[in-house]
Amino acid sequence: MSGNPQRGRDLYLTGCQSCHGFDARGIQGTAPTLHGVGAASADFYLTTGRMPLDDPHSQPDRTEPAYDRQSIDDLVAYIGSLGGPEIPQVDVVGGRLNLGEGQRLFTNSCAACHQIAGRGGVMSGAFVPTLLEATPRQVVEAARIGPYVMPRFSETQLNDRELAAIARYVQYAKHPQNPGGWALFDVGPVPEGMVAWLIGLLALLLVIRMLGRNEAP
Amino acid sequence: MKRWLIAALVLLLGKLRPPRALPPGRPVREPDRRAENLTFLLLLCAMAAAAAFIAFYFANPDTQFLGATLGLAFVLLAAACLVAGKRVVPQIEGVKERPELEHPFEQDEVVAVIAEGGEGVSRKRFFLLAGGGAAGLMGAALLTPALSCGPEANRVLSRSPWNRGRLLVTELDEPIVAAGIVVGELVTAFPSGADKEDIASPVIVVRVRPDELDLPDDRRGWAPEGLIGYSKICTHAGCAVSEYRYPSYGPTAPGPAVVCPCHYSTFSVTEGGKRIFGPAGRALPQLPLAINGDGQLVADGDFSGRPGPGWWGVRK
Ligand code: FES
Repeated sequence: MSGNPQRGRDLYLTGCQSCHGFDARGIQGTAPTLHGVGAASADFYLTTGRMPLDDPHSQPDRTEPAYDRQSIDDLVAYIGSLGGPEIPQVDVVGGRLNLGEGQRLFTNSCAACHQIAGRGGVMSGAFVPTLLEATPRQVVEAARIGPYVMPRFSETQLNDRELAAIARYVQYAKHPQNPGGWALFDVGPVPEGMVAWLIGLLALLLVIRMLGRNEAP
Repeated sequence: MKRWLIAALVLLLGKLRPPRALPPGRPVREPDRRAENLTFLLLLCAMAAAAAFIAFYFANPDTQFLGATLGLAFVLLAAACLVAGKRVVPQIEGVKERPELEHPFEQDEVVAVIAEGGEGVSRKRFFLLAGGGAAGLMGAALLTPALSCGPEANRVLSRSPWNRGRLLVTELDEPIVAAGIVVGELVTAFPSGADKEDIASPVIVVRVRPDELDLPDDRRGWAPEGLIGYSKICTHAGCAVSEYRYPSYGPTAPGPAVVCPCHYSTFSVTEGGKRIFGPAGRALPQLPLAINGDGQLVADGDFSGRPGPGWWGVRK
């Protein structure tokens, strides 16, 4: 990863300064300072296409990144030079990472909002994004920086190894094994309940039909 | 159903009336012994299941066991009714035109005809006992849960494990170091040495910037360094309040709040748990916090209100 902070600064002046200010110290009521947010934040927001944002008062959603990889690296290098956390190193394949542990931790810390299969949803005041496209590095970055209204997770709550386990589970959850058959888009109990209702109703109709049979008088 | 009702009526009448001699020359139906035995057996099992329900209610009120035993009792009773209706009580249907009944002796005649339907059933007294026993036990099983509304309920619902100096611990019983919680983080905690399943046990602790705090005046000092504690049990219907939103930049995003995933009740964490959205009827009870000499989180008293969903007498 070789970003050029000088070129990053140029890109910043054309793409970002209208909201974050000439010196990247933010504009009151519009956008926060970027001093101290670190390379991790810049990498997360830029690689997920969440920044630049047209309307600073709307929720930043995942889109196609506005910059190519080299420009992102340059911007990240510039923002990183203002201080703050580095891009986390995530190794989801190596180490002793247990998928089951990842699922357990994801259940405890993430599933309340993102749902157990990572398909997202809503909460009051915000949409919860799906994790279908999240890369392991983006998962770890998001947990550490808490983008938009997402809470943060510090080292004491989830250490790096545990976060990597979660990231591994998120990768798995994109294409989970469904030995039970049709997964119904992995969106949880509502469609499953609907199917159960339909099947149950058919069974009931059958029973009713049998009960109602009457011998001709 | 109709058959069973008739069967019950027959049994009852057969019991109340003195035995009558059958008119001579009428064919007598042989009782089906095996079906009768099966019915007894099913009724006995239904009784056992109902008794098991009552036993589980007192010994180990796990909803799975309660549901299984009560469901089983109903299934067995239904099976007994089925066997009795199909095989024990004679299955002859006939329609006989009759004029309006006017005289007492005509009514007697009708009753006698109905009673004849009970022929072919031996051991009626036994049947009556088993049926009555099953009905009684199942009635008792259905009524036992009403005990949960008794005075015990108030005691269970109003006890709280929190008091001044009680250490907050994680799920793994480790103390919580105040400095380990960063702004924008949510931690679930429990009282040390108490039952974690108790409705008043689980709390959430969040850290906000101290200048964001907007607590009621009588709660100054309840949130040292911006660390605030609330009951984790939703005041609407008792779900775990597990969603947390904390804006990384306040002016362009919704404010810091915890959200209940069940029906989206939203409680502001900076304003003392005030409900700002959703069906909950009252604020989330706040737990006063303090930091002890070792930098660990401790409670500084009991909740600001009763934790858990509302019940009689607890609305505010
Ligand atoms: S139980 Fe929390 S909103 Fe209904």
